[in-house]
Amino acid sequence: METFDISLVDWSRAQFALTAIYHWIFVPLTLGLSFIVAFMHTIYYKTGSLKWKSTTKFWMKLFGINFAIGVATGIILEFEFGTNWSNYSWIVGDIFGAPLAIEGILAFFIESTFIAVMFFGWTRVSKKFHMLSSWFVAIGSNLSALWILVANAWMQNPVGMQFNPDTARNEMMNFWEVIFSPTAVHKFLHTITSSYVLASFFVIGVSAWFLLKGRHLEFAKRSILIAAVFGLLSSLFTAYSGDGSAYDVAQTQPMKFAAMEGLYDGKEGVDLIAVGMLTPGKKFNDTKDDFVFALKIPKMASILAFRNANAFVPGINDLVNGNKKYKIPALENRILNGKTAIAALRDYKTAKISIRKKQALEKFRLNYKDFGYGYLPDKDSAIPNVPLTFYSFHIMVGLGFLFIMVFALILFYSLKQTLDKKHLLLKLSILMIPLAYISSELGWIVAEVGRQPWTIQDLLPTMASTSHLSTSSVQITFWLFAILFTVLLIAEIKILLHQIKLGPKEERS
Amino acid sequence: MFETLSHLELQQYWWMIISLLGSLFVLMTFVQGGQTLVSQIAKNQTERKVLFNSVGRKWDLTFTTLVTFGGAFFASFPLFYSTSFGGAYWVWMIILFSFIIQAVSYEYRTKTNNFLGEKTYNTFLFINGLLAPILIGVAVGTFFTGSEFSVDKLQLTNINDPVISRWEGAAHGLEAVLNITNLALGLAVFTLSRVLGALYFINNIDDETLVERIVKQLKRCSFAFLIFFLTFVALLLTKKGFAVDTVNQEVYLENYKYFHNFLHMPIVLIIFLLGVVFVLIGIYLGAFKKSIKAIWYAGIGTVASVFSIFLIAGLNNTAFYPSTFDIQNSLTIQNASSSKYTLTAMSYVSLIVPFVILYIWYAWKSLNKKKVSKKDIEGDDMAY
Repeated sequence: METFDISLVDWSRAQFALTAIYHWIFVPLTLGLSFIVAFMHTIYYKTGSLKWKSTTKFWMKLFGINFAIGVATGIILEFEFGTNWSNYSWIVGDIFGAPLAIEGILAFFIESTFIAVMFFGWTRVSKKFHMLSSWFVAIGSNLSALWILVANAWMQNPVGMQFNPDTARNEMMNFWEVIFSPTAVHKFLHTITSSYVLASFFVIGVSAWFLLKGRHLEFAKRSILIAAVFGLLSSLFTAYSGDGSAYDVAQTQPMKFAAMEGLYDGKEGVDLIAVGMLTPGKKFNDTKDDFVFALKIPKMASILAFRNANAFVPGINDLVNGNKKYKIPALENRILNGKTAIAALRDYKTAKISIRKKQALEKFRLNYKDFGYGYLPDKDSAIPNVPLTFYSFHIMVGLGFLFIMVFALILFYSLKQTLDKKHLLLKLSILMIPLAYISSELGWIVAEVGRQPWTIQDLLPTMASTSHLSTSSVQITFWLFAILFTVLLIAEIKILLHQIKLGPKEERS
Repeated sequence: MFETLSHLELQQYWWMIISLLGSLFVLMTFVQGGQTLVSQIAKNQTERKVLFNSVGRKWDLTFTTLVTFGGAFFASFPLFYSTSFGGAYWVWMIILFSFIIQAVSYEYRTKTNNFLGEKTYNTFLFINGLLAPILIGVAVGTFFTGSEFSVDKLQLTNINDPVISRWEGAAHGLEAVLNITNLALGLAVFTLSRVLGALYFINNIDDETLVERIVKQLKRCSFAFLIFFLTFVALLLTKKGFAVDTVNQEVYLENYKYFHNFLHMPIVLIIFLLGVVFVLIGIYLGAFKKSIKAIWYAGIGTVASVFSIFLIAGLNNTAFYPSTFDIQNSLTIQNASSSKYTLTAMSYVSLIVPFVILYIWYAWKSLNKKKVSKKDIEGDDMAY
């Protein structure tokens, strides 16, 4: 009998992670810069000022260079669900396919139609239609984020569906529940506003470089003012929506929440780790301390998770061993329930007599909520990578607060019109560009590594989601993607840097 | 409104949407066709620039049509998505790679400091123009010729090996290229994309000497297209097809199945014949009259004929994705589809499509009011 190849799962995950990480280098800038360009374009439209025309064109050009490669990496992600996650595509395609299709029909067409007008409409369409096209591009790209995040949120918190044993898949029962799931709402708001933060730093950092070089001073100050206002508002909203996201995680993915906080033994009134270092090699149920050192905010984790300072927050050990007092089932039992559900499904599908079928179905329904656990080979596989999740989460949050402060300072001096003399702050704001990228990618690491082993929370683990391929096939495509994306990234950065050095072109008409 | 339809009617409706998106995509491959024509038409840097800027402004739309085609297929017939993409891995991967290199090439080709050099990006565009239409044609060819795969939903209950769809051929899709029917369709799509590309150039470019050369290429491509297309149609209409028994859903081979489908659905046959006639009119107007209207005839004709070819693959009790490994594992619009609820919800979403087409048409018309010319490109710092 064939046995399951675990390295296939790992390579398929690696390939998906690679494409997602590369894709996410380009997407946040698209999401945010599209709006910044639209703001500038609108000011040009209202004032007719050639300075604003040249400002708009400069950022639009950078937008275009970044956009192309975002599209290139994006197409792979959609099709990889089919190519590398074939079983997943069938088992949840009835729900998951819908937002993907809607993304195409509702968002991508707006984006791709009006982007051509935006770039090539300067002398071809009316000024108003041209300006509106910039807005359509921004709205289209942000709408596409909405639909793909609805899809992602549903994987983390599968609502509005039921398993149909006859077709052997989950089927949608309520479209609105899928779209308006709180997980989806928070995820969307957190993702787009954090992307606006990144784009704002991109504009501020590039402009700061011009200020430091003493070039294009007026252009740089104009750009910074727009981006600082947009960035400060967005960074505050990012913190707010991040709090909402963490609350969601605590309700629906307690294991991820425990990993984010490095919490092994749950208790009432859990402190939040502000800064901390995990004990290396710490495993569940061992006697090591959780942290080498930790700076804590009293009871804050309980407040974050359940809006109650004395609430019980389960730790990894509670989720593995079970906790009777707080009605947390032991992992062993869940694995057993899962195996029972899987066996009942087999009985249901092979039974010849209707009474047997009915009994099997009852057994299946009773145990379905733990269905995915039946595929787990051991307890270890139910726990995500704790250090990666913990550090990613804490660095992301720390950077988030730093961003708010830097935006506030930049806006303050920008309004006082003394920013060009604050060299240290200008240099710091250039440094914010890579930090914003890092924090944005870390956010996805928290979301995706933290939910392992699940593709669909509790219902389908990665090992039951793959395609039937040889590991070597996936290895080959992995390396081809890695090489190709890296080459294209180098090309993109070189072109971007060159365009930035050229600076904005003076407009004469 | 859609709630009153039966599950089967919804499945048929969605097969029509998929067919429509597929046919629109083939129309949009004029971008790919144009990419392969550039090296044969342009004699210098400026001419290349004019040609690339003509089709280049539409590349993203073609790309989006492909992505939407994929997304809609996923939402409506997920078993196809999981079986074909996960199985015919290499065919789809090569197609995807060709689109990755296309997406950046327009934007990067003439930019200073672009790392790989203009020639490389031009080559990328050629590769995409060559491989994507041929391989997508070959992949659609398997809708009629079948592939070696198995589908067993009970496999989900095998904890150690739960994958439902399996490809039984070691080449993971590449074997499809060796089938003469698939290959004929692939080459027909490829040559058609070149015909459409040439007709689009004639419509969009303001340059007499270039148009002369385009017409010359158009005549050659049209001849090749007709040969491959007629070969495919002849093979298709005479071959055995994969029919579905309406009572027990069993799949069996039926002589002249696709010919019968045309006869049983005369409206589809009429659409097909009208489509072919329109394509021929378009070719005639382009090749002999240099008419800017030629692309409209050929474009409408392309959509009509491809649409009807898709329809006879899935409607009238036909298995649209046949398995030659075990004919009973073949995918039909009934066994591969989404639930009635999802198809109903998505049908409401599909009502947006006419609006999408409307604004695309409006934006397109506004942009194309002014043709692309050497002078136009020189003054434009956004040009590719």
